[in-house]
Amino acid sequence: MLRFIFTRLSLVVPTFIGITLLVFVLIRLIPGDPIETMAGERGIDALRHEQLRKEYGFDQPVLVQYGLYLSRLVHGDFGRSIVTHEPVISEFGTLFPATIELSVCAILFALCLGLPAGIIAAVRRNSIFDHGVMGVSLTGYSMPIFWWGLLLILLFSVQLGWTPVSGRIAVQYFIEPVTGFLLIDALLAGDFGAFRSALSHLVLPMIVLGTVPLAVIARMTRSAMLEVLGEDYIRTARAKGLPYFRVIAIHALRNALIPVVTVIGLQVGVLFTGAILTETIFSWPGVGKWLIEGINRRDYPVLQGGTLLIGAIIMIVNLLVDVAYGLINPRIRYTR
Amino acid sequence: MPLLEIKNLSVEFPSQHGMVRAVDGVDIMLERGEVLGIVGESGSGKSVGMLALMGLVPYPGRVRADKLQFEGRDLQTLSERERRALTGKDVAMIFQEPTTSLNPSFTIGYQLAETLHVHEGMDRKAARRRVIELLEQVGIPAPESRLSAYPHQLSGGMNQRVMIAMAIACNPKLLIADEPTTALDVTIQAQILDLLLSLQRDRGMALILITHNMGVVSDTTERVAVMYAGQIMEQRPTQSLFASPQHPYTAALLAARPEASDGGRLATIPGVVPGLSDRPPGCLFGPRCIYATPLADKVRPDLRPWMDGLIRCHYPLGDPTRDERIAADGGSAPIPERETTS
Ligand SMILES: Nc1ncnc2c1ncn2[C@@H]1O[C@H](COP(=O)(O)OP(=O)(O)OP(=O)(O)O)[C@@H](O)[C@H]1O
Ligand SMILES: [Mg+2]
Repeated sequence: MLRFIFTRLSLVVPTFIGITLLVFVLIRLIPGDPIETMAGERGIDALRHEQLRKEYGFDQPVLVQYGLYLSRLVHGDFGRSIVTHEPVISEFGTLFPATIELSVCAILFALCLGLPAGIIAAVRRNSIFDHGVMGVSLTGYSMPIFWWGLLLILLFSVQLGWTPVSGRIAVQYFIEPVTGFLLIDALLAGDFGAFRSALSHLVLPMIVLGTVPLAVIARMTRSAMLEVLGEDYIRTARAKGLPYFRVIAIHALRNALIPVVTVIGLQVGVLFTGAILTETIFSWPGVGKWLIEGINRRDYPVLQGGTLLIGAIIMIVNLLVDVAYGLINPRIRYTR
Repeated sequence: MPLLEIKNLSVEFPSQHGMVRAVDGVDIMLERGEVLGIVGESGSGKSVGMLALMGLVPYPGRVRADKLQFEGRDLQTLSERERRALTGKDVAMIFQEPTTSLNPSFTIGYQLAETLHVHEGMDRKAARRRVIELLEQVGIPAPESRLSAYPHQLSGGMNQRVMIAMAIACNPKLLIADEPTTALDVTIQAQILDLLLSLQRDRGMALILITHNMGVVSDTTERVAVMYAGQIMEQRPTQSLFASPQHPYTAALLAARPEASDGGRLATIPGVVPGLSDRPPGCLFGPRCIYATPLADKVRPDLRPWMDGLIRCHYPLGDPTRDERIAADGGSAPIPERETTS
């Protein structure tokens, strides 16, 4: 197991170099530079432009800039935003809990609905429930996030007025950030009004972001369960006279979870991509919205740092998923 | 009261050709402590028939029987719950593939203790002690160290021993062993069979042994049922069945044993088992039977008492009048000569 973790960790460094290089080059391919963007409509005279370029180091060859950036990175310096002049790492740290809160809730939403739906669909295969779940999940999977988000806003916020349109909490509440997760902080502060407000803000983005993972988890759980239910050891479990619930929930599910966990791990990357769109639609103050603004402002340090940090987090989560995979599947622990 | 009484058991599966019968009118009667062998070619319905007894016929299959009684209790009218309390406790079953029959995600200690927990309500500690005892009884060395092993860490033979331990955990009155040694090495096969038989003797439990191997049947069983295409063709005490088979199919099976071959060539039965959907109207063995008559091709024989057992044949081999009757029914009684191939 330890060796397995070490092998995985040794892949981290080359992956990081790859990510940084890619981001570094790609954002410099976008026409326009940060200085022009800052100057806006009024424009800027050539002399001052040149001066500022020098100040930020944009006049040097890209490779030199890249080398400088890397050497600062090694010392833990992610640079400062060109726009706000705040350290990238601290901006990220402030915004990231909002993204985490949204993503974790979305995944929980997907799991809480997707696992039971997939299990029941498999146990009652070819029933109306099964066909319903499969149809709905196919629709959910193919729904563009933008369209789906706007549709929900139109219905629940505009027509019914049940949920707020955007943001994370109503303005009248102020919650001292302790964990950075508003739901938890509101509860810690004992402010139930704030909790309800935060929850009502969270519901729609959570559903929008959780829809694709929900569809994937439901379908994957169903097919994994179907396969497992045909296995000899399920027949053995039934021959032992175990209650049906135990056969399904313990003997079958434990084995069906193995491919499902892998799929959930792969969904983490998809989730962050989705979070960027979702946060933009709902003006959710997280790193996704921050990155989109960074692109619009050509805020190179923000884009570089943000992408790198998100990449790091995805890699860590995938590693954790692999470890979890080893824990639920005794067959792989010994063979690696 | 017999331990087990099955009358006219049939199992049907839906297919493109409508319902097809995998098991067709099977009768089985078993006394306490008796050892019954069931033999027959692949696909003759041996496994499905026993799964029906366990209540484990897979999803679209439909089970019907005039009588399905265990210790005088009608299994068909029991509630799900009562039936489950019986399966795994009083009737247990082991299967052909020991390695895939155990759950790969749980230790064998857990899988064994689970049975004891569910049926006997044993707590963790008591179950652990009993599991070690059981593993000892089935001849697994150093049982304590095996408790935390996963099935993939044990050999096929060891896994089959674990399966047997699991099956006998609650002292069943009937153990069904469905080709328990087919997937194992030849050397291990004998050990597992010996183990099964000694357990059977020590505990006085009844044993139904499903096998392809006529040699195993003659060594181990008291009575044999010969199945063909979902039906029992002949059912008699082992010794007399081997000494004087009454059904032409039994005779052909015995002649096809390697031991019975007179050097070099192995006898085979010409033709193939009819498929589930192309059953002939008359005797199911008719198309392959060298004694078949126009009558046998039209009228399906019933399973009827004959000599010291049961038979499903118009012209049992030991019937002194059979030659005349075959001739009278328009058959050309051939000189019974064995087909041989190389
Ligand atoms: N789930 C199922 N659906 C449809 N048909 C089935 C199913 N299970 C078994 N059958 C059919 O029932 C018939 C009897 O099968 P069974 O497994 O009982 O044979 P068997 O005598 O045990 O053979 P073997 O010696 O190969 O184990 C076969 O023709 C098989 O195709
Ligand atoms: Mg079989």
